[in-house]
Formats: sequence, C-alpha cells, structure tokens
Amino acid sequence: MKKRSKGPRPTPAQDVQDEILISTKDLEKIYPLGLTTLKALDRISFSVRRGEFVGLVGPSGSGKTTLLNIIGSLDAPTSGSAEVLGEKIESLSHKEAAKLRNEHIGFIFQTFNLLPVYTVFENVEFPLLLQGIDSSRRTKLVMDALEWVGLADRAESKPAQLSGGQSQRVAIARAIVKKPELVLADEPTANLDAANSHNIMKTMVELNRGLNATFVFATHDEKVITYLRRKITLVDGRIANDEVLKQSARKVRSGRKSRR
Amino acid sequence: MQTLRLALRNILGAGLRTWLNVIALSFSFFVIIFLQGFYQGMNDQVERATIDGLYGGGQYWQERYDPYDPLTLEDAHALLPQQLQTLVDKSEATPILIHLASIYPGGRFQSVLLKGIDPSQDVVSIPSSLLRPSGGVEGDDGGIPALIGSRMARTTDLKKGDELTVQWRDVHGTFDARDVTIVDVFRTTVQEIDNGQIWIPLSRLQQITGMPGQATMVVVKKNLQSPGTVSGWDFKSLNFLLSDLRMLVRSKTLGASILYVVLLFLAMLAIFDTQVLSIFHRRKEMGTLMALGMTRTRLIGLFTLEGALHGILAAILATLYGLPLLWYVARVGWELPEAIDQVGFALGERLFPVYTPVLVVGTALLVLIVTTIVSYLPTREIAKLKPTDALRGRTS
Repeated sequence: MKKRSKGPRPTPAQDVQDEILISTKDLEKIYPLGLTTLKALDRISFSVRRGEFVGLVGPSGSGKTTLLNIIGSLDAPTSGSAEVLGEKIESLSHKEAAKLRNEHIGFIFQTFNLLPVYTVFENVEFPLLLQGIDSSRRTKLVMDALEWVGLADRAESKPAQLSGGQSQRVAIARAIVKKPELVLADEPTANLDAANSHNIMKTMVELNRGLNATFVFATHDEKVITYLRRKITLVDGRIANDEVLKQSARKVRSGRKSRR
Repeated sequence: MQTLRLALRNILGAGLRTWLNVIALSFSFFVIIFLQGFYQGMNDQVERATIDGLYGGGQYWQERYDPYDPLTLEDAHALLPQQLQTLVDKSEATPILIHLASIYPGGRFQSVLLKGIDPSQDVVSIPSSLLRPSGGVEGDDGGIPALIGSRMARTTDLKKGDELTVQWRDVHGTFDARDVTIVDVFRTTVQEIDNGQIWIPLSRLQQITGMPGQATMVVVKKNLQSPGTVSGWDFKSLNFLLSDLRMLVRSKTLGASILYVVLLFLAMLAIFDTQVLSIFHRRKEMGTLMALGMTRTRLIGLFTLEGALHGILAAILATLYGLPLLWYVARVGWELPEAIDQVGFALGERLFPVYTPVLVVGTALLVLIVTTIVSYLPTREIAKLKPTDALRGRTS
C-alpha cells in the first residue's frame, strides 16, 4: 500500500478540487443466495472528486450500502475495479484495508454504532488510539471534534445518556476527528426525527466545507437529498442517473442559527 | 499497552457481568490454593511426625530384615558392628530389636511386634524414658515394663498398669512367655510405632530372646552427615523410608485433585461462556472496530486479553480476601475430626496447612495460563468475520 501524506494539501484550490478520490470501473458485486446468486452491483462506473458532497440514492436493495462498503474497503468487489485514495480496493489485504480505513476514511452509520461502555470522549478518541497519537494531542483533537459538532459539554457522558441526534453527532465527531479525506455515511438520518436530521446534515455540510473532506452518503431520505450537491441514483444495482444539485448552500445558511 | 488499556476499559465498562466472572474465578483461585495448602500441610505434617517418631535421619537395616515379611524377623538380627556401636555410644543412633510375639488380650490371640529400645535414647520421639527402672518393675524377676501407643491400647482394651502375658519363640526356637506391665500409654500420630506393637527395654528383649547385644535396625539421628556404608547392614535413606508414605498421601490427595480439576473446569467454563457470548453479542461492535481501522489480529488480541484480564482481576481479588484467610488458617490450623485417625497415617489433632510461594504463585500462573488459552479459543471465530456482516450483527 502506498504511503499517503497527512501533511498540508496542495495550495492551488482548483488542482485539489479536480483530484479524483474515488474511481470505479465496471464494478460488480454478486452474492450467493442459496442455489442462485444476487447481483447487488452491476457494472458501476463513476468517480468522485475531492471535496464533493455526494449521495448514492435509491430504494432499498438498490446497492447503495454495498457500493459504500466497497468504497470504504469493508468489502471487495466480485469483479471490476474500485480505486479509492489511490488504492485498488480489490487487491488490498485485510491489514492494508484496515490501515486505509484507520488513516483516511471516516464512517458514519445509521445506528450510530457508538461503543456503549465508552464515554463520548473515549468513543471519539478511539480512531486516534488506533493511530498511536500521543495523549495530549488526542485530547486536543477530540475536544476540537466535539466542538465542531457542539457536544464538548457532553464529553463525559455515556452513549446511553444521549438522544439520537446527539449520538449521531458523536458518531460524526468520531468520523472526522482524524481529519479524513473521505467520510462515508450510510443512512445517517434514518433513525432521527426531521429536526435532528436537518441539524445533522447542516453539521456535515459545514464540515465538508471547513475540513475540505469528501462526503459520500447512502440514503433514500428526501431530507438528506436536499443538502446534496451531487446525486447518483441507483436502481437494481445500476446507476440510473448522476446529476449535480445546487440547493445545499441555501439550506446551510438558513439552518446555521438553529443547529443547537 | 494500548490494547491492554482498551481491554481493561471494555471489561470494567461491562460492569456486573465482569465482576460476577471475576468473583467466581477468584473463588476458584482461593479454594484450589486453600485445598492444595491442606494437602501440602498434611504431607509435611505426616513426614515430620514419622521422621521424629521412627525414621530419624535414616535407618540401618540388618541385611536380612524385610519389614513386609514378618518371617524374616527370626533371622534379621545381628551384633552391632563397631561403626554403628560408635554412633550409638555417641548418642547419634539408637538400636532397635524387633521380635515376633503373641498376646492374648481378653482371651483372644493377637500377633504383635515386640520392640526393644534403649530407655535412655533421644534419637526418636518414642517416650522410652518411661521404660527406665522404677517401682520394682524392672529386673530379672519382676515384670517387664512395656509401652504401647494409644491405638494399640484402644484395639486391645489395655490401659496403664495392666499386666499381660507375652509369648515368643527365642533364638533357639523355644516358646517362652513372660508377663509385661503397661507403664504408660503414649499418644502418637505415627501408626508405625503404635498399631500392633509393644515397646520394652532393649536389654530385656535381648535377654529374653537370647540375642545379647543384637539389633534388627539402628535409627540414626536427624541431620547426621554421611552415615557411611556398614558391612551386613543396609542404610535406608529418608527418601526411601518415606516413599510409601508419600505414595499413600498422594493417593489421599487424589480426591482433592479431582476437586481441583472440577473447580478449574467450572471457572474456565464461565470464562469460555463469557467469551462466546461476547463474540456473539458484540459482533456489531467488532464490525465498528474494524470499520474504524482495527485489524482482525488486533481484535483477536483485544478479546483474548479481555478474557485473560478476568483471571488477573480474579487473582487480585483473591489476594485481597484470600491471603489474610490463608495466613490465619496456616497459623491456627484446622481441627481434625476423630474419623481422620483412620486415614492410615499420622496427622494429629490439628492440621496446619502450608502455603508456599511456589504453591500460591504456581497455582495463580496455571489458572492465568489456562484462562488465556480458554479466552483465545472462541476468539478464533473473529478471524472468519467479514466487517460488513459484523456491522449488521451477523456471523459470517
């Protein structure tokens, strides 16, 4: 696996924006299903540039989560290729995939997936522990991340003491604490009410801008779709539509005051 | 170090489930060490009593003597060679003459071993000084003073002051009989100097059997350096003399070993069960950890360490309540019931368990190693786990 630098990004903004972070070509994923098979992804080819805020949209079973898992190196394609941050996902070993996830990719899950015995601070700290970052730097990065999501005052709370919206914000803090280049969110608002869904999405739009992190969502939630700048629609494992949207900036500006 | 910190955080965070396991495991630690200490104490106590009562620092046996064949006693006697006589003169050894005899307590025949011992000896703890002449008992014409042990007194219904007739065959094969007077019944835990034995002064036994100056064995004093080889006499070391006793104690400890294994098995079952449940209940957590970048190897290490930490916490807990208890029991001993007298070796009224550092640390290490192995076994399942399945809470 190639060593990726975590240093300052190139200064010419346009170059950075043009950099392709994710690129797939004829990606297929086939699951065995008893005596037959299920084709979850069918010749998926697309690319995502750095800093994009893109959603994989479609009904249940359309292949959104499968595609997101492959991009996140949690799964491997049956055929075709997926290149993420310069790494060929299909040829990564378990260890290399774990390293890629740990250093460069942040995950946000539908059910938050917070570690129940850890405090909010410890949950957010976890990816940094795996990276072996020293204690004082860890503390600073965790508190910064909690500040971004507006939960610095709940650092010592346990996940069970948080509301759904707060839990998802902790999960966002955990995903972005290591300042990843890529954040993958699988149905991040599915377990939240409308107000919390909007707050979460506004937070992510801000982080996308503030950290220049690329966000890829798997969602079929209309509230999320209104914040996307690009929507890739999947139907039966194929890309049915890939369009650029323009409404997210307005949403963020109007929602900034009401987030907390 | 980081994995250790995470494992510690996880098991402490698990709360009651962890502490129930730790308490059960600590109890196993304690009971295993407690029982092993008792058997170690029993072993030590039996050996000490037997050495003091009969074996001393070893024994010279007349070359024809075979303790398992009473018929050899007829020929198993000889004059003391100079080398042994010197030891006896320096009070570093004491000769014992053994002869087969018969008594008739309550009109019933009973075969006994008539043993002659020097009343002035202090090599073994038999109270032979009570056989010294007093009150006209000693002497050619008077009765012969005799000592018997408490078990012998109980089985023959004899008591201090009783007279009984002893019959034997002398060195020429002629039957002879004399009355002996029980001058004392001594309490001993060593059955080899008690059951079926009558102790009389050595000189009287030599006289009535026609074996002046002869002995069957010579017991040397404890810690006597290099007794040396003596022609016609075989030196039997303590290791040899105690081997039967040690085997007997070992056979008695078999029951404890079974309990030991059962306790260990139950404790390990608890750990195994916890690990298996953890792996099934925490699949989603494992998936999350993998998504966050933890490798499977590290995940296996984390879960194994969590299991092993139960053992370490249990050892700490067992130390807190166990050490003061063990110290107390080792100090005051454990009162033995009357029935324990029948086990076949010397125990006494109280048993003082012995808890050596080797026993305590060795047992703790054994339990920790077994705990770690048992913790590791179920975690191998993690190696087969796909992150995507784990995130959905499914097994691969």
